[in-house]
Amino acid sequence: MPGPTLTLFVGFMLLVLALVKPLGLYMANVLEGRPVWPLRLAAPLERAIYRLCGIEPAREMGWKAYTAGLLLFNALGALSVYLLQRCQRWLPLNPQQLPNLAPDSAFNTAVSFVTNTNWQGYSGESAMSYLTQMVALAVQNFLSAASGIVVAIVLIRGLARHSSGTVGNVWVDLTRSTLYVLLPLAVLLALALVSQGVVQTFSPYREVRTLEPLTYQQPGTAPVTTQVQTLPMGPIASQESIKELGTNGGGFLNANSAHPYENPTALSNLLEMLAILAIPAALTYTFGRMVGDTRQGWAVLAAMTVLFLALLAVLDWNEQRGNPLLAALGVEQTPSATQAGGNMEGKETRFGVAASALFAAVTTATSCGAVNSLHGSFTPLGGFVTLFQMQLGEVVFGGVGSGLYSMLIFAIVGVFIAGLMIGRTPEYLGKKIEAFEMKMSSIAILVMPFIVLTGTAVAVSVDAGRAGAGNPGAHGFSEILYAFSSAGNNNGSAFAGIAANTPFYNVALALVMWIGRFWPIVAVLAVAGSLAAKKRIPVSEGTMPTHGPTFVVLLIGTVLLVGALTFVPALALGPIVEHLMLWGSG
Amino acid sequence: MDKPRFSPFLASLRPALVLFLVLSVLTGFLYPLLITACAQLLFPRQAQGSILVRDGHAVGSRLIGQSFSDPGHFWSRPSVTTPQPYNGTASNGSSFGPLNPQLIDAVKARIAALRAADPDNLAPVPIDLVTASASGLDPEISVNAANYQAARVARVRGLAPERVRALIAQHTGGRLAGVLGEPRVNVLELNLALDALK
Repeated sequence: MPGPTLTLFVGFMLLVLALVKPLGLYMANVLEGRPVWPLRLAAPLERAIYRLCGIEPAREMGWKAYTAGLLLFNALGALSVYLLQRCQRWLPLNPQQLPNLAPDSAFNTAVSFVTNTNWQGYSGESAMSYLTQMVALAVQNFLSAASGIVVAIVLIRGLARHSSGTVGNVWVDLTRSTLYVLLPLAVLLALALVSQGVVQTFSPYREVRTLEPLTYQQPGTAPVTTQVQTLPMGPIASQESIKELGTNGGGFLNANSAHPYENPTALSNLLEMLAILAIPAALTYTFGRMVGDTRQGWAVLAAMTVLFLALLAVLDWNEQRGNPLLAALGVEQTPSATQAGGNMEGKETRFGVAASALFAAVTTATSCGAVNSLHGSFTPLGGFVTLFQMQLGEVVFGGVGSGLYSMLIFAIVGVFIAGLMIGRTPEYLGKKIEAFEMKMSSIAILVMPFIVLTGTAVAVSVDAGRAGAGNPGAHGFSEILYAFSSAGNNNGSAFAGIAANTPFYNVALALVMWIGRFWPIVAVLAVAGSLAAKKRIPVSEGTMPTHGPTFVVLLIGTVLLVGALTFVPALALGPIVEHLMLWGSG
Repeated sequence: MDKPRFSPFLASLRPALVLFLVLSVLTGFLYPLLITACAQLLFPRQAQGSILVRDGHAVGSRLIGQSFSDPGHFWSRPSVTTPQPYNGTASNGSSFGPLNPQLIDAVKARIAALRAADPDNLAPVPIDLVTASASGLDPEISVNAANYQAARVARVRGLAPERVRALIAQHTGGRLAGVLGEPRVNVLELNLALDALK
């Protein structure tokens, strides 16, 4: 690994870890109603919101009422995003006079943004008006992230409380997550991004006169010569910042964070990567703090970090190694002081291999799905890492909130397996893990592989599904498997060769996204409600500690076991075959 | 524990609806307006797209690449946006997998075009000059890719090669703090500087 690459990876990880405690502590405080200065100034706004909505903030809910409220809130969001897309032609802030979106595309995008997936079948700069971007899409970037946070907080409360019939007030939790956590961070990051060159304006697209004239031809028409280049504009930075902070990933522009107007410099790239990992990583500290034992949070964070670094190393090594078929053509791929080298197809010069590999690892470890390079042009094993990180269930940091609650479910399964091995009733943080918790945890974990593999199987069996593959052979299969893995895990990135803006994929992927998001959420909230009601049992000699290295290994083992056993056969048909073909042919 | 007298969905309707509207106004209108106002005040040039002006005309953005085919200019990376390369309103990459025959054919054609414009240059072709970027709008090439083209540009323009190399060095961006970013050259700025030479 070249020196600057190693420095980048180690330095980045240290920055993330440095953020964990302050941000985690802050979130624990504000989510329990103790906002610190200067955000206490927003307290009157918070109270005004409750009055307006008829919310009694002190009144707590049981898990069923909490779940019903959260689902309703998200359903309203989906309806709003759908309607705004279907009416944008007649609404203001549409300087390019873009038409309304087709029903299947609008449906897919509505589900996609509400589920924190941000899978994008459309191309931002040629499909969405400024109003749709701001009020439909960016709003859901906030609210879907807040929804993830509140589910994680409820699961933590389930573990922290005992003999309690309630788990919190969903409206209060949603308001506080948005007002005190997401909004202030988004403001700071948006301004930092503008300073680097991310566009923020309501002006229409801008035309410039290029240095050289350009002649091109569309099939069946006469050649055209032009010296005009049209530059997309819009309120990009405000959307870009929450897109990363909320692990949403839906780009304002088609090329997402590879677009120079979304991610112009190496520094903006670093800030975006930090923003993606900040909240998911810090929530582990929030967890430790709220259950009264910060070692519990560090153990979960350690498991995530180990998995992340191991997979990142595989990804970077393969991308830096380059493509043997291009080397055979006499192309210089070796890294040096004057070039990044490696596999540069689908990568930007300013990021090279190292910052592209790191971004790809960050965005698929979390459920973000923003991309600064095209995963579909990665080497087979580089692409394998991005695919596999999603298929582990987005628990390597994972999405905002969803990463922590999914990982805690794996922890519950882990102590259950350990309990079976040593013949004791499993317990986690003083709570007995019994049949109901195990049933709900199994549902939360297994629904994802079920819908991903079923969806992939259906898609490769029907003409409408196979027609989407943009590359021949094993890579085409990987594109389809990636699409369903991305949807089922609410990631949203793609092997973008796939042509997925078709009625088949729009509907199939929307269903997978919706089930992949809300089925586990209901199961997790059920576990939380059940745990909250239980008595706490005192620590005894037979209690397995859940904060030491043994537990970290157990947790990593559980995640890998479930992920590997479920997906290895499918992965063998895609990236693994492709790897053997690429390196075996020379 | 609260026991809703009727369906929990109905009980939630008013708070869900009003809270959704309030938070939509806050995050969907007020937040982007605040950011736009601050951005226009603090960083007006960046917020408007980092436009480059020559003789009173906007000639491009320093962040958005352009297509160059004149051998007297430095060429940008290949772009696969449609219908024309470097189409600012249709950012895109190829998404070709590493085994895709279309990728291999495209790279062969790009190598052939570079060699045809500079037959004496027998150096291996830098990878970034023959592969498409992710955005299709990459404004930069590696220093290696600029050096590779220096002799051609100098010959076509009748300049001393050292002068062209010095210009490349002037426009080379290094690694921030020795870590962040790759050694690279902004093609549009380099070509503007080249055109400005007398």
